[in-house]
Amino acid sequence: MLYRESGQFKTSYSADQAIFTIPQDRVLFLLLMLAAFVGVPFVATDYLYTALIIPSLCMALAALGLNILTGYCGQVSLGTGAFMGVGAVAAWNLAFRIPELNLLVVFIIAGLIAAAVGVIFGLPSLRIKGFYLAVATLAAQFFLPWLFVKVGWFTNYNASGVITVPRLELFGWTIDQPVEKYLFTLGIVSLLALAAKNMVRSNPGRQWMAIRDMDIAAEIIGIRPVIAKLSAFAVSSFYIGVAGALYLFVYLGSAEPDGFNINLSFQALFMIIIGGLGSIMGSFLGAFFILLVPIFLTRGLPLIGLDLSTAAIAHTELMVFGALIVFFLIVEPHGLARLWQLAKEKLRTWPFPY
Amino acid sequence: MAFFLEVLIGGLMAGVMYSLVALGFVLIFKASGVFNFAQGAMVLFAGLFFVGFIGLGVPIWLSVILTLVVMVLLAIAIEWLVLRHLVNQPDIILFMATIGVSFFIDGFGQSIWGSGVSQIDIGIPTDPILLLDGEILLQSFDLWAAVVAGALLIALVLFQKTRIGRALRAVADDHQAAQSVGIPLNVIWIIVWSIAGMVALVAGVMWGSKLGMQPAIVGLALKALPVLILGGFTSVPGAIVGGLIVGAGEKLAEVYIGPFFGGGIENWFAYVLALAFLLIRPQGLFGERIIERV
Repeated sequence: MLYRESGQFKTSYSADQAIFTIPQDRVLFLLLMLAAFVGVPFVATDYLYTALIIPSLCMALAALGLNILTGYCGQVSLGTGAFMGVGAVAAWNLAFRIPELNLLVVFIIAGLIAAAVGVIFGLPSLRIKGFYLAVATLAAQFFLPWLFVKVGWFTNYNASGVITVPRLELFGWTIDQPVEKYLFTLGIVSLLALAAKNMVRSNPGRQWMAIRDMDIAAEIIGIRPVIAKLSAFAVSSFYIGVAGALYLFVYLGSAEPDGFNINLSFQALFMIIIGGLGSIMGSFLGAFFILLVPIFLTRGLPLIGLDLSTAAIAHTELMVFGALIVFFLIVEPHGLARLWQLAKEKLRTWPFPY
Repeated sequence: MAFFLEVLIGGLMAGVMYSLVALGFVLIFKASGVFNFAQGAMVLFAGLFFVGFIGLGVPIWLSVILTLVVMVLLAIAIEWLVLRHLVNQPDIILFMATIGVSFFIDGFGQSIWGSGVSQIDIGIPTDPILLLDGEILLQSFDLWAAVVAGALLIALVLFQKTRIGRALRAVADDHQAAQSVGIPLNVIWIIVWSIAGMVALVAGVMWGSKLGMQPAIVGLALKALPVLILGGFTSVPGAIVGGLIVGAGEKLAEVYIGPFFGGGIENWFAYVLALAFLLIRPQGLFGERIIERV
């Protein structure tokens, strides 16, 4: 009743190309952003920020990057963790060695470095695909963290190999409260998500999708696979690199490069499968969902009278994740994002579907 | 020279273990085109059940049979709950589904039997053997592992000549053609997953006796991937040879090249080797030329 497009006419090309063509969508999205920027700081506690909101935002950005590569361009990667590590280590070195550099510039350069590394490890994708490519990205996953540990320069010859982030400051604004960290992260993530949304619905995104759906056909209609695939690797690694830098600077604070391991890669992959392959919003839904499950298991189950040991919770978590992956792949390969779309379709004709 | 030989043989013996895991992959990939990421988790699963049954005081021979029954049940469950619903999906969806299966059975096995390290002792001798006037030290256990792997290889090659084995190969070649001559796909899949389960049991028992049964074994699945790329995805002997190359290669690299980089290259050597191989000979040493080029 409230949500329908009948009677709304597009009278210009720019209206036709808008991200949200229906005013209801626009209002809803503005409300959502308002809630995120203004509403959340009023209700959220510090625990909520550090345990759920900030890590999910960082991981959502990483999942978004992986989604560009896997969901839009169809190239499976198990190297997300390593590329996050590249971004994190690059950002730390920039911030440590050139302290006068603006924090945003640090993140951008770190992203570009990650993009360059991503392109190098994406080169095999020009000849191979599918799980052959997954193995190629595994090489990156095991090689890069080893490199960061072995080459002392990356961690400034710290004996324990731990890198600790300096104080965050942006244009004189010191970011140390969880609220400030949250707003900072949210700002970066929103901007990058907007850029990604526009990218996937314009020329580069359509090239990626053509390659994903059928590479030979794409080549015949004039898309150069080399450019399309490598640009997908570059953009994806840029996002993942920035996500890694945020993860270290805003969430972890200090970390060993070893920590950017294969578990992060799997986590990001699960996020996009559950959230929705080939959907920007899906990356966010998936990230929140995946990080909510462990919190639910550790804090929610005791509330309903089930008290499990830590080990049992860890095992249950594995089982839940595994079952969810299989469930979503079978029942709804487009994930949570598709469920949201179905709900919107239903809403269009509600309450008189006939 | 003796040192070189010792390192080489030690590496080859570790390679036998990789081969055992890779064998399970190849069997399933050949018969159903599914790239089974869960093979490593199946090794852990089988090993945990085997250890668990022995811990309950069941004699070894009965434990083997019980574990085999469990693995067959697991195969049936996977076919019913997962594979059946994903027929005709792109390979990569199936691959991701097996990652889900891997996590599930990993968590399931550990919820039942716990996640501690438990040693398996089925009476394989572990005393050292000395060769070349005592210059080379060998573990007799490793020799036994090699014998077991060899026996398994021969059994699998012979199995391919049987009626069911022929059906498996027909399914591997062409699903539709196999179905049209009356080979039931679902039954074949259950059979091949059961066989992979049995191979997983053998691998689990061997690994468990050597290093103890521990959750880290799931990581083996990842080491088996480069083995497969080297040997070829469709070749049973390839899995064995690939495993030997990877095992020997990473030990030799660690000992002879590692010191220049500060050690630890064992962890990624196999993957980089596979990466180089992919660029030169993507079908592997023994594989059929089925890889899709772009």
